[in-house]
Order: sequence, then C-alpha cells, then structure tokens
Amino acid sequence: MTAIAVQPTGWRARLMGGGRTARIAYLYLVPAFLVMGVITIYPLLFQVWMSFTDYGIQNLRAGSAPPNWVGLDNYVNVLTSQLAIPNFHFVRLILYNIWWAISNVVIHVVLGVAIAVLLHTPGLRFKRFYRALFILPVIIPPIIVATVWKNMYDPQDGAINQLLAGTIGVLFRMPPEMFRIDWLRQVEDPIPFIPLPLAYYAMLITNTWLGWPLNSVVATGALQAIPQELYESAEMDGASGWQKFRYITIAYLRPAMIPYAIYGFVITFNLFHLAYFMSAGGPFGRTELLVTQAYRLVNEQRLYGVGASFAVIMFFILLAITLVTNRIAKATRSYTEV
Amino acid sequence: MATIGLTRPLPRVALRRAGRGRLSLPKQAFLQALCILILLTVLFPILWVFSLSLDPLNRSRPEGLSIIPSNATLEAYEQVIRQPTNNPISFLGLAANSLKIAVGSSVVSVAIGVSAAYAFSRLRFRFREALMLTILGVLMLPPVATLTPLFVMLNQVQVDLPVLGQFNLRNSLLGVGLAIISGLLPFAIWNLKGYLDTIPRDLEEAAWVDGATTNQTFVRIILPLAMPAIAVTGFLGFVGGWTEFYFSWMFLNKPDDQTLAMALYSMQGQFTNTPWSAFSAFAILFAIPPAVVYFFAQRWITSGLAIGAVKG
Repeated sequence: MTAIAVQPTGWRARLMGGGRTARIAYLYLVPAFLVMGVITIYPLLFQVWMSFTDYGIQNLRAGSAPPNWVGLDNYVNVLTSQLAIPNFHFVRLILYNIWWAISNVVIHVVLGVAIAVLLHTPGLRFKRFYRALFILPVIIPPIIVATVWKNMYDPQDGAINQLLAGTIGVLFRMPPEMFRIDWLRQVEDPIPFIPLPLAYYAMLITNTWLGWPLNSVVATGALQAIPQELYESAEMDGASGWQKFRYITIAYLRPAMIPYAIYGFVITFNLFHLAYFMSAGGPFGRTELLVTQAYRLVNEQRLYGVGASFAVIMFFILLAITLVTNRIAKATRSYTEV
Repeated sequence: MATIGLTRPLPRVALRRAGRGRLSLPKQAFLQALCILILLTVLFPILWVFSLSLDPLNRSRPEGLSIIPSNATLEAYEQVIRQPTNNPISFLGLAANSLKIAVGSSVVSVAIGVSAAYAFSRLRFRFREALMLTILGVLMLPPVATLTPLFVMLNQVQVDLPVLGQFNLRNSLLGVGLAIISGLLPFAIWNLKGYLDTIPRDLEEAAWVDGATTNQTFVRIILPLAMPAIAVTGFLGFVGGWTEFYFSWMFLNKPDDQTLAMALYSMQGQFTNTPWSAFSAFAILFAIPPAVVYFFAQRWITSGLAIGAVKG
C-alpha cells in the first residue's frame, strides 16, 4: 500500500499516459524499431533510390562505381512494357493477377460455405472424421503442394492424365494416348473465346484443392454460432428451406466470410508458389503474377534497378487494393449492423 | 417452448432437435456419398505421393495408379536421407540449415515482437498510431518487396575473417535469417498485439495497485497469459523459415548452405534425373514435421491468431 503513496503517478495515470510511461514505452519499442529500421524500413527507402538508377550486376561488388541516375526511365519502361525481357506485358500482367485472385476467392468461399453447410447437417454421421481429414491440404507447406501438383500435371506420367485415362478413357473406350494433355504448357486456349491458357485452369484446380478447407473452417465457426431458435421460429412461421438458408444462414455467415474473403484475396493475389513452381509463368508469361515477375526480374535477369521500380509500383497497387478492400469491409460492416 | 410441448404434440423442429441422429436413410446415404467423394479429392494427391515414394527406384517414372505399388520398397527414403541431390549434402545437413534459419528467425522475431506488442497494446506514448500504421504498411507487402534492396545491402557486408576466410553476409544463413526477420517481425508484432488486446486488464490493474512496475507486470502477468499467442506466432514463423524459398534460393551459393526447399526445387527441375520416387520421399519427409504439429494443434493455432480473434 505504501508503494502507491511513493509513486508520483497512480496506476490509472500510468495506464492512461504520462512522461514516465512514455519513456518506458519507448524502451519496449527500441529493439523492434532498431531491427526493423535496419532490415525493413531502410531497405525499402534504399529501394526507392535504387529505382531511379540503372543498378545492375556491375554495381554489386564492394567498392565498384555507383550506378547511374536514370530518372523515371525504369518506371516508364515497366509501365509501357518496354523491358528487354521476353513476354513482359504490364497491363496483361495486372489484369491476369486481379482475375486470378477474384476467380479463386469466389470459388473458395462458395465451396467452403457449401461444404461447411453440408457437414453442419443435423444427424450426419462421421462429421468429426470428415472435418479432421478435410483440413489436410492446409497443413502441407505450399512449396510442397506446388511441386507435387506440378508432377501430377505431367503430360506423360502425371496422376491427372492417368486418372482421366483410367476413368473417362475406360468408360468411353478411349486409348491412353488420348490423355497426353500438357496441362501447364499447352499454348492454345482450351476455351476459344476466353483468353486464358490451360495452365490457369490447372492452377485454379490446385488452388481450389488448397483453398476451400480454411474457408470451410471459418464458415463452420460462424454456422455453429447461429442460434437454433431462429430456425425454429422461422419454421413455425412457415419459412421454406431456401428462405431459411437465404435469410438466416447467409445473413449470419456474411459478417464472418467477408473479412476472410478479403484476406484470402490479398493472399491469393500474392501467391508466389503455384505460379512459380507449377507453370513457371508460362506459356509465354501468361500466368505470371506480379510477385513472380518481380522475383524473375532480380533473380534471373539481375535487373536490380528495374526490379526496385517494379517493387515500388507493386507497393502502390497493393495500397490501392488495401484501400478498396477496407472500404468494402466497412461498407458491409455497416450493412450488417443496420 | 415448454408450454407448447405441453399443450399440443411437439412440433417437428423440436423433435429433430431432441433426436440429433435422425436423418432418413436415403438422405444419410446420399450425404455420406458426397462426403466420401470430397474426401477422395482431398486425399488423392496425398495418396499419390505416398504411393510414388514406395515405388522401386530403378523405375524413373510410375507406371500406373496404385496405393501400394508392386515391389514396394523404402529405398527412395534411404537414398534421399543419404544424399537427395547432386550436391554432397545429406537430408540431415539440409534439415539442419533449414532448422537454423527457422529457429533463429522465429525466436528473434517473437522475442523482440512481444515487447513491442506490449507497448502498442498497453502503454500510451506519442506517435503510437503513426508507428502502428508503419507496421501495418510493411505487413501489407509481400516478402518479394524487400528482396532487391536486401540482396544489394547484405552483399556489401563482406569481411575477411581470420579463420573462416571471406565472409559475405548475403551468401550466408545469417543473411537469409535477417531477410526473413525483416518480414516476420512486423507480422509478429501485429499478431501478438491483436492477442494482447483481448486479454482483460483486471489482473494488471490489480498488480499496479499492489505497486508492481511496468516491467514486473510485463514479465509476471502479460508474458504467461500471452503464451498461446507466443507459441503460435513462433510456430508460424518456424514453418515459414522451414519452407522458405525466395531469399535462400537467391542469396545462397555454397552447396553446404542448401536448405530443404532449395533441394526440393532442384530435384524437380527439368535438368535433373531425380526419380519421382526420390522426389516424393523427400517431399514427405519435408512436410511431416510442420504437418504433424498443425494437425494436432489446429484448434489451438486458430485461437492464437489475431484473425481468429477478429472473426470471433
């Protein structure tokens, strides 16, 4: 008790602020900001400077001449697709990347919710068993998922072609030679009027396999939080099954699923592993994403200055996405609160 | 509810609620068939890799789909444990490198991160919002964003050491660890702060009333209460480091420094003649440690994530 009397400020004051607290607070922050300052924030600023230079492999050695200042050249070259590398088309890259993220997330959410609802059916047996096993794709590291699925899509010996030959092929008496589909490298688009290569559909399948289970977990959590009384009173009021689903289930799932869908969108937008390990951006760079293109610019092409400007442009694209998604999240939140 | 039941026969809903196992047989069978179909799609790739890994080594490619192939053998496992790639390094050597990166980066990030998270969650100071926004801004960036400058900067740290010879920070496990921390630390701060925000303040207030200092409160009260989040953040950081690819692939040149992820990628490249059985055995050995922990600590992991706290 005497301790309080000795203290110049009471505990409540310490909680709310004051000179001493602030000093202590900074002490707690110093290690983190020292480390982040040196290996995160300074590099990001350094990158902005690099983006205005022709930094290349000749400038790497310690003590070599500094790179030349080139002004906005790198930015102009990236934005107008005039880089000296094959298959680079900036507008196509962004449009594909956005479409890749949207199409994946829509499928993930719909499948995730549908399967969660299926497993939520009262009286269904072995629910716990299914729920435990359906989570398996999530727990395998993505680099392994991507490399294994690449082998599965192998035109000669891949599991997918063998599976097709063993089912459809046997059923319709088609020879196994019919199933030599080159899933990840076929140049012709499978659907003539949709300008997307077969590799996109192949990776969409892989990412669906990978993506729906977590959505299902989130949806299950939300489903279990719906009060049963709602369904009972709706039933007494004569609501049909569809009406109950539409006005109770969906209404309750929405606030849980929308933030998760946004999170999934950002994750999928930056999903490096599939595009890099499976299709390697092919055919002709048409399944390249911003992240894999950025990696290729510095790791393969060694264009450090261009890579830096590309990263700065990416920062603004991601910033725009964050602002838009935040707005969507806010808009939907007020909708559900009304 | 009860009065309705007393005055007239129970409505259908109440019946169904009471007898939870009631689902007509055809309906049950149909839903079971649907679940099994989904289960097969989930298990198919896993079973395929498993069966490939048991394939005899002298066949470079599998001949058909079967869970246990004819002449099943563990030779592939033996080979990848001894020497998975052309580089003279064993599985344990690769795993040791991945382990160093994973443990180092996750321990450092969590240790530094929890103290910053405490300040953000509990203390009041100037520029609090601005600093938190900085962290959120960095968090938004994918790891590829810092790749170029870190490569160039770390490459400038080259010293001649008396015994070890030329040391290039970029071309070292330490450099890769630093690069990973640069992305992991903001995540650790954000995730731990999210968890600390959910811890009620009553205990701390009681401690403060009893005259505990800020440091004592942090060490004796906050740290023990935050253990689930600390463990989960550390585990996620560990898995990230264990499977890290971008930085290691670009930074490391010495065969001795190869990691598991680098070996997996080079085993799959078009210019190697690694049998698929060896590749599959390697993939399984690589996936097992994080997968086993995830599988058994699933509920715990989702509860220790800030996103879990947000979704309620």
